[in-house]
Amino acid sequence: MAETESKSDDPAREIAERYRHRVGGVLTALRETVARFGYVSRSREHVVADVFNLSRAEVRGIVSFYHDLKTTPQPPVQVRVCQAEACQSVGARELTTRVESHLGIKLGETNDAVSLDAVYCLGLCAQAPSMMVNGRPLARADLCDLAEEIPA
Amino acid sequence: MTTVFVPLDTAAVAAGGDAVAAAASQAGLEVVRNGSRGLCWAEPMLEIEEDGARLAFANVAAGDVAAIVDQREGHPKCLGKVDEVEYLDRQTRAVFDRAGIRNPLDLSRTTILQECLDRDPESLIAEIETSGLRGRGGAGFPAHIKWRTVFDTPGEQKYIVCNADEGDSGTFADRLLMEGDPHRLIEGMTIAGIAAGATRGYVYLRSEYPLAAEVLQSALDNAYDDGLLGEDILGSGKAFDLELFIGAGAYICGEETSLLESLEGKRGEIRVKPPVPAISGLFGAPTLVHNVISFAAVPAIMKHGGAWYADMGVGRSTGTMAFQLAGNVQRGGLIEVPFGITIDEIVNGFGGGTRSGRPIRTVQIGGPLGAYLAPAEFDTPLTYEAIAELGAGIGHGGIVVFDDTVDLARQAHYAFEFCEVESCGKCTPCRLGSVRGKETIAGIIEGRDVEQKLTIIEDLCEVMETASLCQMGGMTPIPVMSAIKRFPEDFRR
Repeated sequence: MAETESKSDDPAREIAERYRHRVGGVLTALRETVARFGYVSRSREHVVADVFNLSRAEVRGIVSFYHDLKTTPQPPVQVRVCQAEACQSVGARELTTRVESHLGIKLGETNDAVSLDAVYCLGLCAQAPSMMVNGRPLARADLCDLAEEIPA
Repeated sequence: MTTVFVPLDTAAVAAGGDAVAAAASQAGLEVVRNGSRGLCWAEPMLEIEEDGARLAFANVAAGDVAAIVDQREGHPKCLGKVDEVEYLDRQTRAVFDRAGIRNPLDLSRTTILQECLDRDPESLIAEIETSGLRGRGGAGFPAHIKWRTVFDTPGEQKYIVCNADEGDSGTFADRLLMEGDPHRLIEGMTIAGIAAGATRGYVYLRSEYPLAAEVLQSALDNAYDDGLLGEDILGSGKAFDLELFIGAGAYICGEETSLLESLEGKRGEIRVKPPVPAISGLFGAPTLVHNVISFAAVPAIMKHGGAWYADMGVGRSTGTMAFQLAGNVQRGGLIEVPFGITIDEIVNGFGGGTRSGRPIRTVQIGGPLGAYLAPAEFDTPLTYEAIAELGAGIGHGGIVVFDDTVDLARQAHYAFEFCEVESCGKCTPCRLGSVRGKETIAGIIEGRDVEQKLTIIEDLCEVMETASLCQMGGMTPIPVMSAIKRFPEDFRR
């Protein structure tokens, strides 16, 4: 019963309600949930399932399919380094190694302060290699001062 | 007051464009944030209006602004008058003719939409047929067949869907268009809606393009305010509603049926075709799905006529193609030219060879599912037919250059790895084939049982190619086998 109560108070419900009648609304609601809270918790999955009249399994299926729909809390700094071909051709692998040693974590890892993920193409292929720091795209990242571009 | 132009495009912003704009503003100049001209190698580019012409400056830093204003043509970063910059002057821009001229939101109303509203749908479809336009997303399917199918298929509600899930590495034409001239896309989709009898449309945009989302949404709002969208377009009594939908990070959603599933709010698993989306698409309704550039080509075709468009290009590859030159190249960017230009003219002519200064060893054409070609093939004209004869495809027009330090075995490994990461998982050849392929190539790289493993790869690729449900699994063998065929020495060390 307590769980039901907390679910009805959850701000995720308001987000889900907003997109309830929109085409593809469940995906948008999940994206917005991530934008607001950083991830989709198990209980918020249930809220979304409830609002859209879907089974919990269906919502879990959607969440697990998309790279952006994180299921764990995200650190304040999120770094994504492009791993696709155009960036490979001008040193994406070297850049990745450099970023890994700068942050002290490997690609795909997260600590309390920062996450480092692969991204496949930011559309900056003529100014490669590229990366993204908290949503901000960086071209020619091989020339960037990492200490300056990545908040500590 | 002196006016300067600094693009708001991601290509400029990611290279420091905002700081340049701020510096210009602080120096008391009037700053217009235009779209990018597509000269990505020159971004952030700055243009100064002078006697009705515009001087262009390349790779401008915030600290350069004062000296540029002062020295004008004498400044070392000056490229000359923007219209005379060779890279632009040698292009034929039918789709990107307005991109970069003004702020993207100021490029809106044309008379073309009005004219199309007055024409009957059949004549609009006939115009597309005359133009010979083929889908620019990758498959190159004749556009008019899709238009006619949607028109002819009965249905109460029909849909227009724009595939803006531009995930191929080496491509950015969709992004440039949406950030530089979004009204062109809106207009093209609206005309398609009028022609096909669809009153609702969606742009499915990938989440990796936040700036494109912002510009496009503003353009949509403006279009509604100006009566270009909605219940009664320009007082014609015809309706077309258009909405932006943002994806959530999945390469496979660039496949049209996967995209439709995702747009319905589901997992982006592909659907088995047939039925094609033109017959049963979004929510089972007749749906016209095109890439951004296909729709954006429509206004020019309607303005100048299908015959004008068909006069450009070669054979069945009519019109212009927005090639995107990227990777290890000196001058990468958008190159819109008629079909028939050779790979060499793009890579060496426009591109000026590698950025590293080393010899070119290969180019990959058509994104991560495209073939690796050898320099001996660079005199091939870029047409759908000639490139198909090489066992390759033009795809969405991306050309990625690699110098002689590239290891093609590693690239083949990556092709499988990418397929593993991005496979929707619905069919076995793709879901498992990608993993086994990656492991097998890893063994080849380590030099274990190379000949036997190459035979396994060949078998595996045949299975993936013939038995996968969509092009993700079906075309992953292309980069792999093209690399093995042309660069066997990288696999047999």
